[in-house]
Amino acid sequence: MHFAVIVFPGSNCDHDAYHVFRHILDVPVDFVWHRETDLKKYDAIIIPGGFSYGDYLRTGAIARFSPVMESIIKEAHAGKPVFGICNGFQILIESGLLPGALIINQDVRFLSQDVTLEVDSTDSIYTRSLQKGRKLTMPIAHKQGNFIANDDTLKMLEVEDRIAFRYSKGKNGNPNGSINRIAGILNKKRNVLGMMPHPERAVETLLGSDDGIDIFKSMIGVA
Amino acid sequence: MKAKIYISYKEGILDPQGKTVSHALDAIGIKKIKSVRMGKYIEMEFNGISKDKASEITDESCRKLLANPNTETYSFEIVEE
Repeated sequence: MHFAVIVFPGSNCDHDAYHVFRHILDVPVDFVWHRETDLKKYDAIIIPGGFSYGDYLRTGAIARFSPVMESIIKEAHAGKPVFGICNGFQILIESGLLPGALIINQDVRFLSQDVTLEVDSTDSIYTRSLQKGRKLTMPIAHKQGNFIANDDTLKMLEVEDRIAFRYSKGKNGNPNGSINRIAGILNKKRNVLGMMPHPERAVETLLGSDDGIDIFKSMIGVA
Repeated sequence: MKAKIYISYKEGILDPQGKTVSHALDAIGIKKIKSVRMGKYIEMEFNGISKDKASEITDESCRKLLANPNTETYSFEIVEE
């Protein structure tokens, strides 16, 4: 499985994502500059975290019009895995590949801390090797991660089992105020995942947690 | 010619910044404010086009990029200087 890690001006978790595939999992991976327009040779696409275009206007709003996005949208519609993490999730929402919106955290602050997630839907390439209800610890680092959606969208996400991860209740739970504790969602075809927490920063115990690696292992089918 | 564009959160969308500012105004003794909503103000300048054309371009800019239709509404005025 050959991975593409998309690099926008202002991406800053691209190297973390690259590290996961190249050094931890030892699978082929390339950095792909946002001006590229052909992603045919890749089997999966990662849109990493960071501050693309300085978060100007709205998070992800300008990156969404980068040349590479047209091919990402095309590949996503064709069923290829597209995984947006943090700013990547914000870009996927701006591009219309995922529904809802990510607004400023309820406490109006940038949050950089560990959170505990619960695996909700296991019906995706990303979560097929995980157990429903399993708790995962990994960091968040964002100011606009408060997921909202209108009632119809929310109902659709719940009924169609498209909530991949929720923040757990209690301590370290839902610090940004997301509705229904939503931390990560899938598209209708279940090949596009967006999540605010950073599994790529939780892949070695040296970093505090290696819970995130199982999501990537699940993707390549080795978990 | 200039477009003055106002972007604000839709009704029902939580605006934590507005709420925080509202609390701060209350704390410094400025009362009688029912609520505060925060938004964005954008100016765009045009050269040598009609007012109708400017209006058309502004509307397209708002729809495609400046406002997020999920969470925001926009309005604008075209002013001649």
